[in-house]
Amino acid sequence: MENIALETHNLTVSYNRKPVLWNVDFKLPAGQIIGIIGPNGSGKTTLLKSIMGLTPLSSGYVEIFGQQLNEVRSRISYVPQKESVDWDFPASVMDVVLMGRYSPKNLFKRISKKDKDIAAEALEKVNLLEFSNRQISQLSGGQQQRVFIARSLTQNADLFIMDEPFVGVDAATEQAILKLMQEMKEKGKTVIVVHHDLQTAKDYFDWIVLLNTRLVASGPKADIFNEELLQEAYGGKLNVLSKVGELVRQNDFPIREKQRK
Amino acid sequence: MTAFWIILTGSLVAICCSLLGSYLILRRMAMVGDAISHAVLPGIVLAFLFSGSRETLPMLIGAACLGVFTTVIIELFHQKARLQSDAAIGITFTWLFAIGIILISFFADNIDLDQDCVLYGEIAMVPLDMIVSATGWQFGPRPVWILGFTLLLIITFISIGYKGLFITTFNPEYAKAIGISTVFWHYSLMSAVSLTTVVSFESVGAILVVAFLIVPPATAYLIVDDLKKMLILSSIFGLLSAISGYYLAYLINGSIAGAMATMTGVFFTIVFIFQKIRTKNATQVPNF
Ligand SMILES: Nc1ncnc2c1ncn2[C@@H]1O[C@H](COP(=O)(O)OP(=O)(O)OP(=O)(O)O)[C@@H](O)[C@H]1O
Ligand SMILES: [Mg+2]
Repeated sequence: MENIALETHNLTVSYNRKPVLWNVDFKLPAGQIIGIIGPNGSGKTTLLKSIMGLTPLSSGYVEIFGQQLNEVRSRISYVPQKESVDWDFPASVMDVVLMGRYSPKNLFKRISKKDKDIAAEALEKVNLLEFSNRQISQLSGGQQQRVFIARSLTQNADLFIMDEPFVGVDAATEQAILKLMQEMKEKGKTVIVVHHDLQTAKDYFDWIVLLNTRLVASGPKADIFNEELLQEAYGGKLNVLSKVGELVRQNDFPIREKQRK
Repeated sequence: MTAFWIILTGSLVAICCSLLGSYLILRRMAMVGDAISHAVLPGIVLAFLFSGSRETLPMLIGAACLGVFTTVIIELFHQKARLQSDAAIGITFTWLFAIGIILISFFADNIDLDQDCVLYGEIAMVPLDMIVSATGWQFGPRPVWILGFTLLLIITFISIGYKGLFITTFNPEYAKAIGISTVFWHYSLMSAVSLTTVVSFESVGAILVVAFLIVPPATAYLIVDDLKKMLILSSIFGLLSAISGYYLAYLINGSIAGAMATMTGVFFTIVFIFQKIRTKNATQVPNF
């Protein structure tokens, strides 16, 4: 791998002495769309939080673009799980998107006209410009998700880290978000996405990380989608397993890949 | 003139508290405001004890530090002892408040504070505490100056720190991710609440401070869709409660602080009912 966007080295994180991530060690390539996949409670959100320095690490370290987090913070955009904020907050769509322009350096300065233009442009991209002045509580779940994406677009980052951006959005929005990710990729950006739908994962991502407290596998998607690894990640859950079998049996993604191009 | 000074004092406390209370409500920390306003009592008693009846600046700041310390203890109990946060709050402030009460009764001879004053304040006494120059010129009551200065401080804090308070209130995790210290903003806000509580205490007492910290912001929260509007509107509700509370007390010849606190509740109820009627009417219109 030539260009490494992110590396975790023997990462272990515990809550109340119970390990949630155990010795997770991987390298992710730059300029790709990467899916982090695993069952509920497998530590996906915790992994993103430890990458962003929001959770204390029991051991190990994280390197982003070969550097410490603090040195590259301004190049990273973090999109938390939508449920992590109070959407009844008295703020407009514009207020939230403008937050993407905040930084420790300009925190005491006023919001500039340029910031507002950038925010409007981002809202345009997610098709929410007409909602700029609306209170965020008056949006649908999918629109709220797009507000978060718009905020992240204004950050002009090189690495995007998104927690479940596809949850609770309709098919059209899902496609729109995916298209934005592909545009980012074309511009050489790296997009890391937590996702839990196996069906779509193989279509959406170039690279897949399978996680279940331990790292199950990390690699180009063609290497990851085999029954053995998926069983290991989702171990024992029968209804999931039957789906997995189906997915692997179809085993058509390299062909589909060619068709699309 | 007496009425004017009393209303002005009440209004200054009301606006200080309403502004800070708006952030407490949005951070789901209303009870922390309650806790601070009680827990500073031992600090205030000690301040009185050391400095005679007139509080001095270092003493005020000392007492305010106790308020901040309270929030540290609450966090500690919550995080390290894994106590629910409401239980942690309950333990901390009742305990400190009780110590304050014991201190008052113990030193009753040395200080002119009593338990009643602690709860209800002595706002009616404010006009007696005039600052008089050597030439006999009256500059207005001392509490009015102190509260006026505090309000100025708070307005400066909120306008300079608007973005910082906003982002760490709405989405602390995101704030941390872009390198903004949530701890700094948390303790700045807690310091402001403590300071306000301490300087308001003597004139209006603990109950009115709590009422002004929580009720006007909660009233504004019912109707606003924007943080700036919430700050302005809760100040207005606080102000109206102080003014109408004074006249209510005058009318029924009762406690002024009690009447002001009552009025905050009256405004809340009016707005609540008004809001219910409005949403009901809105949903009756068929919406195709
Ligand atoms: N703050 C916390 N305190 C204690 N335990 C936690 C905390 N946050 C998460 N956990 C535990 O850590 C484990 C991993 O949680 P995490 O949120 O990372 O999972 P996830 O893979 O994101 O799950 P989901 O698909 O449901 O979002 C879970 O068992 C959870 O109960
Ligand atoms: Mg999660």
